[in-house]
This record gives sequence, C-alpha cells and structure tokens, in this order.
Amino acid sequence: MSARERILARIGKSLSGSTPAEIDAYLAAHPRGPAPTQLDNLVAHFKERAMQLSSDIIEIADRTTIPAHLARYLAERSLPPRGVCWPAFASLPWGAANLEIAARPANSQDLVGITGAFCAIAETGTLMTLSGPETPPSNSLLPETHIAIMETRRIIGSMEDAWDLLRDEYTVPPRAVNFISGPSRTADIEQTVTLGAHGPYRVLVFLVSG
Amino acid sequence: MQVSAIHFKRSVTEKLNDAKLQNALSRLQTRFVGGRAAVIDEIADFEASRTAAAAIRDCVLKNLDQWLLRFEQQATARGATVHWAESGADVNRIVAEIAARHGVRKAAKSKSMVTEECGLNEALEAQGVEVVETDLGEYILQLAHEAPSHIVAPVVHKNKEDIADLFADKHHLPRKTDIAELCREAREILRPAFLSADMGISGANFLVAETGSALIVTNEGNGRLVTTLPRVHVAITGIEKVVPTLEDVTTLLRLLPRSATGQSITNYVSVLTGAKGADDHDGPEHFHIILVDNGRSSLLGGEMQSMLRCIRCGACMNHCPVYQNIGGHAYGWVYPGPMGSILTPTFVGLENAPDLPNASTLCGACGVVCPVKIPLPDLLRQLREKQMARGLKSWQEKIALKLWSWMARHPAVYALSTKITVRVLKYAGGREGLLHRLPGASGWTDGRDLPAPVGKTFRELYRQGKRS
Repeated sequence: MSARERILARIGKSLSGSTPAEIDAYLAAHPRGPAPTQLDNLVAHFKERAMQLSSDIIEIADRTTIPAHLARYLAERSLPPRGVCWPAFASLPWGAANLEIAARPANSQDLVGITGAFCAIAETGTLMTLSGPETPPSNSLLPETHIAIMETRRIIGSMEDAWDLLRDEYTVPPRAVNFISGPSRTADIEQTVTLGAHGPYRVLVFLVSG
Repeated sequence: MQVSAIHFKRSVTEKLNDAKLQNALSRLQTRFVGGRAAVIDEIADFEASRTAAAAIRDCVLKNLDQWLLRFEQQATARGATVHWAESGADVNRIVAEIAARHGVRKAAKSKSMVTEECGLNEALEAQGVEVVETDLGEYILQLAHEAPSHIVAPVVHKNKEDIADLFADKHHLPRKTDIAELCREAREILRPAFLSADMGISGANFLVAETGSALIVTNEGNGRLVTTLPRVHVAITGIEKVVPTLEDVTTLLRLLPRSATGQSITNYVSVLTGAKGADDHDGPEHFHIILVDNGRSSLLGGEMQSMLRCIRCGACMNHCPVYQNIGGHAYGWVYPGPMGSILTPTFVGLENAPDLPNASTLCGACGVVCPVKIPLPDLLRQLREKQMARGLKSWQEKIALKLWSWMARHPAVYALSTKITVRVLKYAGGREGLLHRLPGASGWTDGRDLPAPVGKTFRELYRQGKRS
C-alpha cells in the first residue's frame, strides 16, 4: 500500500463520506458566503482603501497622459525615468515624456515595472492580476516601483465578484492569480510596519475613467 | 523539530524573568490584539462570517477523502504533481528526491510551519542542498539558529538591537539600528538568493479543490518570489487545508488576516495553479504539492476533530494571558499558545507534553476570537480529563484530588477542617490581613501577597445571615 492509500484509508475510516456526485453539485453551485458590506461608489471606495494601504492614486480621463504624469511622479521621488511594461502599454507615448520604457518582463535590475490589472476590488483596495505570456507577473514584483494602469469600469465590489468575472472570461484560472494590495511590507521587527520588504516599495495606480 | 514540551515549567520561570522578552511580548498585544479589534467591524456581520467559516471547514472535514481526491485530480489535470506524506520523514524524503531529480543545489523558502514539524531544512542540508529562509522573521531565526516563537510573527521575542547585532555579525556590514535600514539590508542580501535558487519551497494557506490551486498569503512578497523565479516549486501543506471553492476560500480570507495581524487583506494573495505554460516568461517548470498527514488523520472522527478547522491565524495565542506572559518557546514544539497546547500533546503524545493542557486559565478568550469557532477551552478541558484517566497527573495532584473528594463526601469533616483553616490563615495574615508566604502556594506569594480569609467560612456566614 502507498502512503496515499494508507492516508485515504485512515481518513475514510473516520468519515461518514459523501459521493463524488454531491461534490460535483457543490462545486457547480459554488455558493457565496455572507456578503460584505454593500458599496455604493466602487471607485471612491477603491481609492480610499488603496490609499489606506499606502498605494498612490492618479485619476485621469485620457490614457495618453499617463507618460507625462509618470515622468513627474518619478522625478519627484528622484527615481530613474526608465522601466519595463506589459506589451499592451508599449504604444503609449513614453518617449515624448522622456521615459525609456521597454515592453518586456522585468528582471532584477529594472527599477520601474508597469502592468495592467484584470480587475480591481473596491472592498479592500486590491488589484487582481493574471499571469500569462503578455502579462508577466515579474513586472509587479521585482522592480522597486510598481505602476498599475486600471480602467475604472473594471473596479468591482468583492473578491467573489472577481471570481465570477474570471469564470466568465476564462474557463480556468491561469498559472498565477495575484491579488496585490499596496507595496510589500513587513512587521517582523518589533511589529513595526515597514514598506518595501521583498517586493515593491511603492505602488502607483492610474485610474483611467471613460 | 525536537519536542521539549516536557520542560514547560522550567522554561516558564525563565521566560517570566526575562525582561527583554516581556517588553517584546507587550508589543504583540498593541499591534495584533488592538489591530484585530479595529478591523473586525469592517465585516457587515462578523459572527455570521465566523459561523460560515466554521461550516466550510466542517464540510471539508466530513468528506476529507473526497475533497482531497478532487483536489488531486484537478491539480494533476493542470500539470502539478501531488505527493502524499504520512510523516515528517516522508516529507523530507520526497523533497530530497525532487531536489535530486531536478539537480537542485539551492532552495529559497517562504514561511511554512509544516516544514518546522518535519525539520526539513536540516534534512535538505544533510543532502547538500543549501536552504535560505526568505521571510524576514524566519531568515533572522535561521541566522540565529533559533526556532520561531509565534506562528505569524516568528521573531517577536527579539528586539531590533538583537537583530542589529546579529546582522552586523553575520553580514559583515556596518551595524544599523533603524528598522527600515535593517529591512533593506535583508532585502539586498536575500534578493540574489531568490534569483539563484533552483527550487522554491512554500507552504499553502489553503488548497482549492475546485481548481486544484494552492493559495499563499504573504505581506513581504517572498511568497510570490519563491513561487515565480525558481524553476521548481514545492508547496507543502497539511491534508486539512483543502477547501471546496474559490468562494469558500474568500470567506476564510476575510477572517484570516483580520484575526492574524489586524489587516483587512494580506498584501499578496497568490492562487497558484499548475506549472508554467509554454509561452510564459516566468513561473516554475515543475510544480509539486505535498499533502502532509503527520498525525492529522488521527484527529478525524474523535473529540479533537474541530482542531482541524484551524487556519493558523494565531489569534488564540495573541489573546492568551499565558502566551502573553511566556511567549512561544516555552511550549516546546512548533505550535504555541492554546492551539499548540492542543496540537502538541495530540501530535507528539500527551505524556510528552503533560503541562500544556494545563497551561491555560480557561478564561475563554481563545475560543471567543477563533475565526473558525474551535472550542479551544473545551478541547483543553477534554485533554485534562484524558490525562487524569490515563494517570498522567503528578502524584501531588492525585493525592490532593483524592483528599478533596473524600472530604467533599464527608461534610462534617469538611466543615471542621475549613473552619480551622480559615482561622489559622486569618491569624497568619495579621493586622494587614495579607499572607506574604503560604506553603504550597509560593507560585502566588512569590509575586504578590494573598489576602487572608476573614476568619469565618462561607457556611458560617450564611447561617448568620439567615438568622439576622
């Protein structure tokens, strides 16, 4: 007998047991738990929560203004005007704002990483990103500054809403679904929250309306 | 990990007299206890969420074999390899085999309490695999050759001066005492380890049966790094961690960080499914998941089953007046506090941890804060009963209880002896009415005076009251 069979036999002995059909039925229904507080203004709530988690927010109506805003943001913080972005943002006028942005996955030398997001969750001020060839997760992870470009119409209420959206638009989750709520942090030393542990020190979200 | 729970009483005395530790533990209360209280109101109906969370965990435990099989089927379909480990030794052997198969020389590890049960780091190092802990707290402990003293804040027992000394000694860099600078130093030392590791080792906070995914929460981002950069990822977790659906895991995620650190959500929640796709730039080529029993299945169907609901948030220890005063090391194994006082005797034997079920005032705080409603005080009481039934109590306690039960069955003797006792104690208390010392109760009187009785028993006073 293998370890697998022995463990399953031990478990089975102590259980009432239900059939695979019942398991199927539960998975098909995937009922929601108690609903979180209803939010009337998703964008405002997202903003408020994201800022509480130390994310920076810039609201814009026209995505072509992103490079100019970003150039100013980086300059104000004495950060280099260079970075990498997801291919979807390669066509933004970076050069016009004197930014050098390459469309490729980030490596450990890159200091600014630009990504989009699959959606954002108002309840907790969280970005949800999906891994894929065109959406490499390293861009939101390795650089010290993470820039996320988010359309306000993709801000939804809760994580449950996000799963529904994922089931609608994809049949199964990609290799990695990453929920990101602000810059990385640690409180391991004297329970003092310090931003910038192993991931980014800062997260800037561009909220693009319209 | 070696079990030293048998030395509980001796370590308690040590810990109570450790001023630095006492100072460190007080920080835990402000941050975690205060933090939790501040965020639980964000949830519309916190009690309903606790009830729902407990129901989800019970639903899984009732059909654990089916849910595990479904998880295995889904995970395998997505390209992960699922292994089953009966013991800690099994885990170590499986990870060593994976390491050998993929030519692994270096492993970067994010925090996993299950691997502490197994002593995985030592086992891998014996095989010639270098292991680097990357959670800041665990990294500090690895440098200091110490064990975690809290399941969420493993290095709570150290202050920044200790850590500054340790870093200066091990990193050979100028000593820093600013917390942000210490964090940056650790980041810069550890980044190359992430980049050069062949294997990432992580735990999994949950396994999702619906999708075959492993879910990991970390604040530091090290959980993301060890599961993104190395070419092999091994996730190691207990068999009880499986939950049915993404919705179920969401209900639990609303409670886990709030109960653990007073956060509404952990910085990074990663749901990992299968290995890297052909066109993906990052992600592991090989994804292994190890399902660990190591004593867990023996709790099923027994009176301790509800302990398997545990989601390892640490709220029970944060709120425990015993933990708050002695910290985690005194408990003598991987898991401290009330949950540890149940898990340690259950996993390693009641005879090896006789003091732990009694290391509780039964004040009930742990049961009140537990996000999955584990009746921790009841379980502790049941362990005490089991201890009595198996004759695992000290001879002093046995004699005392025998004597008391005999007296309780002889009311006249009881009345006379209590009458004498309260009068003697009143006399001993003197004019102040305080006892500075009492034979057999030095544990109390060493630290404070015991108020002396008023000189009459309750029964005497009751009779008097009736007459007047």
